[in-house]
Amino acid sequence: MMFKKISQFLDSLMLKDILTGMSITGRYLFKPKITVQYPEEKTPLSPRFRGLHALRRYENGEERCIGCKLCEAVCPAYAITIETAEREDGTRRTSRYDIDLTKCIFCGFCEEACPVDAIVETNIFEYFGDKRGDLYFTKDMLLAVGDKYEKEIAASRAADAPYR
Amino acid sequence: MDHFLNLITTQGESTFGSLWPLVWALVRIVIIVLPMFACVAYLTLWERKLIGWMHIRLGPNRVGPLGLLQPIADALKLLMKEIISPAQSSKVLFFIAPIMVIMPAFAAWAVIPFQAKMVLADVNAGLLYIMAISSISVYGVILAGWSSNSKYPFLGAMRASAQMISYEIAMGFALVTVLLTSGSLNLSTIVASQEQGFFADMGLNFLSWNWLPLLPMFLIYFISGVAETNRHPFDVVEGESEIVAGHMVEYSGMSFAMFFLAEYANMILIAAVASIMFLGGWLPIVDFPILRDIPGFFWLFAKTFFLLSCVIWLRATLPRYRYDQIMRLGWKIFIPISVFWVVVVGAWVVSPWNIWK
Repeated sequence: MMFKKISQFLDSLMLKDILTGMSITGRYLFKPKITVQYPEEKTPLSPRFRGLHALRRYENGEERCIGCKLCEAVCPAYAITIETAEREDGTRRTSRYDIDLTKCIFCGFCEEACPVDAIVETNIFEYFGDKRGDLYFTKDMLLAVGDKYEKEIAASRAADAPYR
Repeated sequence: MDHFLNLITTQGESTFGSLWPLVWALVRIVIIVLPMFACVAYLTLWERKLIGWMHIRLGPNRVGPLGLLQPIADALKLLMKEIISPAQSSKVLFFIAPIMVIMPAFAAWAVIPFQAKMVLADVNAGLLYIMAISSISVYGVILAGWSSNSKYPFLGAMRASAQMISYEIAMGFALVTVLLTSGSLNLSTIVASQEQGFFADMGLNFLSWNWLPLLPMFLIYFISGVAETNRHPFDVVEGESEIVAGHMVEYSGMSFAMFFLAEYANMILIAAVASIMFLGGWLPIVDFPILRDIPGFFWLFAKTFFLLSCVIWLRATLPRYRYDQIMRLGWKIFIPISVFWVVVVGAWVVSPWNIWK
């Protein structure tokens, strides 16, 4: 007991703990730096990454969404608003498909719920809005995103398919 | 060099007449103070870089090549910000306070010898002058806390002044041991006295400097200096989680920048005094022909830079002390040890084993 106290006293007098800590930080000074310099360098993204939403089409140009409203029902943040109507050819389609991205929590439930893989979340995360309204995505905007990035969307679905 | 100085003196005396000594002093002050501002600015960059590297980050590297323009960008930002004075503050004191903090940090450089015979004022009580003038900055801190008329600045100023005053005692004792060994208050003489000794005669200058025989006092001086300048791990004065920024809470823009500059200028001063007192000032590390040809102020710069890097290294390593722990360290450990060591060194100097004759 006495010996322990004396050795502790000597350790603190010799700044032992401080020197141990400083040797650790001193070693880290010379280690290679792990900073990712963001706009020029980017970290890899998983094919399951949940970013900006998109509405997909089939290869013949027909939109996939059949207006089943499962995504609207499952959405925990009530971010999705859907209205449906009968089209001229007698099929049921959405007349309105809005996602309020300021409400969305990017949980991916809509994607899981969709029976036809119409609503998907892409790898895009670098988007912004100047005003609050800019992040209210309508059906046309979502379809446009889907059209523009169809190749990437299909690729990440294919990469993830074996694990589903 | 001497020829050039003589030329300037004769020219100056013929142009300015009896005013020449004043003009010449002002010119030398500007020559010292302007590089000091640059050093302070780039010390902030070096601190951020070094801490970054120790965190395996890169540190600032966006403004200019390697981030070298970062301090200038920071200064511009602070210059353009509005200087707000609180409605209930005492305005005069509120604006005098930052000046009173930064002034001593620069004024103390008057007696720092950069090289043999290269000193603004070669006064015999140089050390006394440094200790006196660096104590004045406490007044600035107290004034800042009091005149802000706000709770956190007041508490911060109380903490700062208590801490600075308590560590000054241990610091003073550490310097007294140097006085005992060198027998002079003149900083140039103190440096010159470190040039001789058993190891210096063998050419190993750095073993003859004061740091080795006075190692405990060197450590106490260095750690007290860190506490004196309110640096990590003794920076409870501006502990963000407790009292926001201490006495600087109500300051903004350039008046805040003055406190900031003063902190770094004080750091440089403490490191420079430590290298003069304990690390042989302008003397080269070993007595070697090539190293002797390097100008003395380079050696002083290198030693100061090394000590400053150690201060930053401490900041990257240690968490903040609790306030009562700081006071305990200062009063119950440093002051007794330093008093004891003053007695030991005093006995050593009068004993037959005196190595400083």
